[in-house]
Amino acid sequence: MNRVLGDKRAILVLLGPALLVYSLVMLAPMLWSLGYTMFSGSVITGFSWAGTKNFSTLLHDPAARAALVFTLKYAVVVTVGQVAVGYLLSLLYVFFLRRASGLIRTLVFFPVVLPTVAVALLFQKFFEFAPQTGPVNSLLEALGMHGVDWFGSAGTAFVVIAVMDIWRSMGFYAVLLYAGLVDIPEEVLESARIDGASGTRLVRSIVLPLSLPVLVSSIIFSINGTLKVFDSIYALTGGGPGSGSTPLTLLMYRTSFFYGDYGYGATIAFGLTLLSLVVTLFIFRANRRDVTEA
Amino acid sequence: MISMHKRHRLVAVGVAGALTLALSACSSGSTSSSASGGSGKTAANLNFLGINENKTIAATLTTLSKNECKAENAAQPLKISNQAQGTLDQQLQLLAGQGALPQLFIAANAPSLTQQLATQGSVQDVSSALDKLGVSGDVLPAATSVIKNLYNGKDLVLPTELNIEGIWYNKKILSDNGIQVPTTWSELVAAFAKLKAAGVQPISQAGKGGDGWGVTRWVGDYIARDLGPTALQDVRDGKAKLTDAPYVAAANAIADLGKQGYFGPSPTSIDYTTALNTFLTGKAAFIYMGSWAVSDFTSATENKIGADNIGFMHFPTVDGGKGTADQMPANVGTAVAISAKDFASDTATQAWVSCIVKNYGTVALRDSGQVTGFTVGSGVTVSPLSKLVQDEIAKTTTSILWFEAYFSAKATTTSQNDGGLLASGQLSGADFMSQVQADLGS
Repeated sequence: MNRVLGDKRAILVLLGPALLVYSLVMLAPMLWSLGYTMFSGSVITGFSWAGTKNFSTLLHDPAARAALVFTLKYAVVVTVGQVAVGYLLSLLYVFFLRRASGLIRTLVFFPVVLPTVAVALLFQKFFEFAPQTGPVNSLLEALGMHGVDWFGSAGTAFVVIAVMDIWRSMGFYAVLLYAGLVDIPEEVLESARIDGASGTRLVRSIVLPLSLPVLVSSIIFSINGTLKVFDSIYALTGGGPGSGSTPLTLLMYRTSFFYGDYGYGATIAFGLTLLSLVVTLFIFRANRRDVTEA
Repeated sequence: MISMHKRHRLVAVGVAGALTLALSACSSGSTSSSASGGSGKTAANLNFLGINENKTIAATLTTLSKNECKAENAAQPLKISNQAQGTLDQQLQLLAGQGALPQLFIAANAPSLTQQLATQGSVQDVSSALDKLGVSGDVLPAATSVIKNLYNGKDLVLPTELNIEGIWYNKKILSDNGIQVPTTWSELVAAFAKLKAAGVQPISQAGKGGDGWGVTRWVGDYIARDLGPTALQDVRDGKAKLTDAPYVAAANAIADLGKQGYFGPSPTSIDYTTALNTFLTGKAAFIYMGSWAVSDFTSATENKIGADNIGFMHFPTVDGGKGTADQMPANVGTAVAISAKDFASDTATQAWVSCIVKNYGTVALRDSGQVTGFTVGSGVTVSPLSKLVQDEIAKTTTSILWFEAYFSAKATTTSQNDGGLLASGQLSGADFMSQVQADLGS
C-alpha cells in the first residue's frame, strides 16, 4: 500500500479525475462568480468593469443590511431551535422510549423527506388569515383571542418561518444526535448512577460532555444550512411582506436574476461566503479550546 | 520505462486541454449570446411562453391553430408552456442569456427589460416585421401609439390586448347602500366609509408579493389625476422625484385607505385570482382592474354576480388636481414579443406571425370578449361589457401609463412587493416612495 501511495503517478491517477471534476464543477464557477464581483451588468446588457464599486454598494445598501440582519436572526433562532429540540428528542429516544423509539423516530423524521414547497403550502394554509381562516387562527378565535395575520407583518411571518423550519428539520438533528448518544458507553452511565447522579445531573455532567463532538457537528451543519436558507422562505413568504423576510440568498437571487445585476449579486454571494467561513471558523475554534481544557 | 516521461506529459497536456475546452465553453456561453441569424432551418414547433395568470392568449392561439392557422400549425405545431407572471422576467433573462428564447413569448413585466432585449438583438421590431409580411394594416394605429409610448418610441410587441383600466363596481351593492357612482376622490372615499360602516368590504385588491401592482395602480392614477398625465414621465426624465411632497401625498392617500381597512382583511395574503374572485362573488364593492378581466367578468362559471351587475367608472378626479377623468389609463397589457433570431430565419414562424396578426383580433373578441390592438372582422357580436370597453377606447384622446411603466426591473419589483403593505396600512406613503425612489437609483 505504501508503495502505491508513494508513487506520484498512482496518486495522479487516483486523485486526478476527481480533482478535475471538482475543479470544473466547483472551483471554476466559484472563481467565475468572484470575477463577476468586479463587473456590473448582465448577460443581456453586457458587462462593464466596476472595480470595487459593488463592494462599496454592499456596505451602504440598506436592503443588504436588512437582509444580513434577517439572515443572522434566522440562523441563530433556527439553529438553536433545531439543535435544542433535536437534542431533547434524542434524549427522549435514548432514555425514555429506548427500544420503542423506532416508530416515533420515523414519524418525527418524516417532515425531513417531504418536499419543502409542500411543507410551505401546508404552513401557509395552517396559518392562513384571509380569505379563509386557517386552523391556527380558528383555534385562537375559539379560545376567545383575535386571529393573527401571520404573513401580514415581518415579525409574525418570521415566527411562522422559524416554527416551520424547526419542525421540518428537528427529526434530522434528533437522529444525528441520537447516533451520538447511543455511543456513550452504558458502563459510564451506570457508574454515574451508582455515584448518585440522575436526571438533569446525569445529563449535565455525563451525557452532555460525552456527546459534545456530535453536538458541535450539528451546530456547524445547522448554522451553515440556516445562513444559506432559501427554498423554505421563498416558498412560504417569497421574502415578504414587502421585503420583511428577505435573507441574503433571496436578495442575491433577486439582484442577479430579476434585476439583471450579476455583479452585485455575486458580491452579495461573496459576502455570504465570508460570513459562513467566519462563523464556521469561530465554532471550530471555540470547540477546540473546550476539548483541550477538558 | 522510456514512456514514463511521455505519459506524464500526455496526462498534463490532457488535463490542460480539458480545462481549456471547458473554460472556453463557459466563456462562449456568456459573451456571444447574441448569436445572429440562423441556418434558415425551420424549428420543429412554434414555441410560445405564456403566463399562468392569462389564459386568453393561449386559448386564442390554440383556437387559431385548429381553424384559421391550421396550415401554419401543420407546418409548425404550436407548443405552449406557462410560467408564473412573478418569475417571467427572470425566466426571460435566463433564456435570452442562453440565446434560447422561444419564437413567441409574453413581453417582460418591466418594459425596460423588453427594451434591453431589443437592444441586445433578441426582440424583433414588430413594425418592420409586419411590413415585411405585408400585414401592417391589421394593427390599429392607436395600439401602435400606446406601444411606442411604452417602449420609448419602439414597436416591440404584438398588441394581443388593448386595455383600458379603471374602477369596476358592483351595481347592486352600490344601490343597496344608496351610493351614487362617485366622480371625485372625496366622493369615492365617502362611499368606502359608508360601505365599511355597513359591513361591506369596499375594495378587493391583491397585495400578495408581486400581485401588489393592483394597489400601486391606485397610486399611479392618483398621481396622474393630481399632478397631470405627464407626472411620471417627469420622474423618468429626472425632473421630479417620487419623494417630492406631491408624489408622497398620492401614496399617502392610498396608505390612508389601507389604514381604514378598505382593502379588506390582510391584503398581503390575497393574490390576483382571489381578489378577482372576491369581487365576482359579490364580497366587495369595487375593484381596480384592466379590461383584460372582461373575459372573467363574462364567464358564467367565475362571475356569480351577473355581467350586467358590473359597472365601470373612470378613476375619479382629485380636488384641485391637474388631471381630468377622461385621461384614460391604457396599455397593451399582456402583449406578445417575437424572438428576432427565429423570425429572421424561420419562414414557418413568419407564416404563423402573419396568420396571428390577421386573425387574432377577431377570435379573441369573439371567444373571450378581449379587445385587442388588431383589426376585427365584420359580424362579431360582442357582450355589452366588451362593447363598453370598445367605446371607451374609441373615446380616449389622452392615455396615461401605469405607475411602474418607466421603472427599472428593481424598482418595479420593490413597488409591487410593497403594494400589499400600503394596502394593509403598514407602510406610510413616504416610506413607500422613498424605497421605490432608492431603487430607481436617481
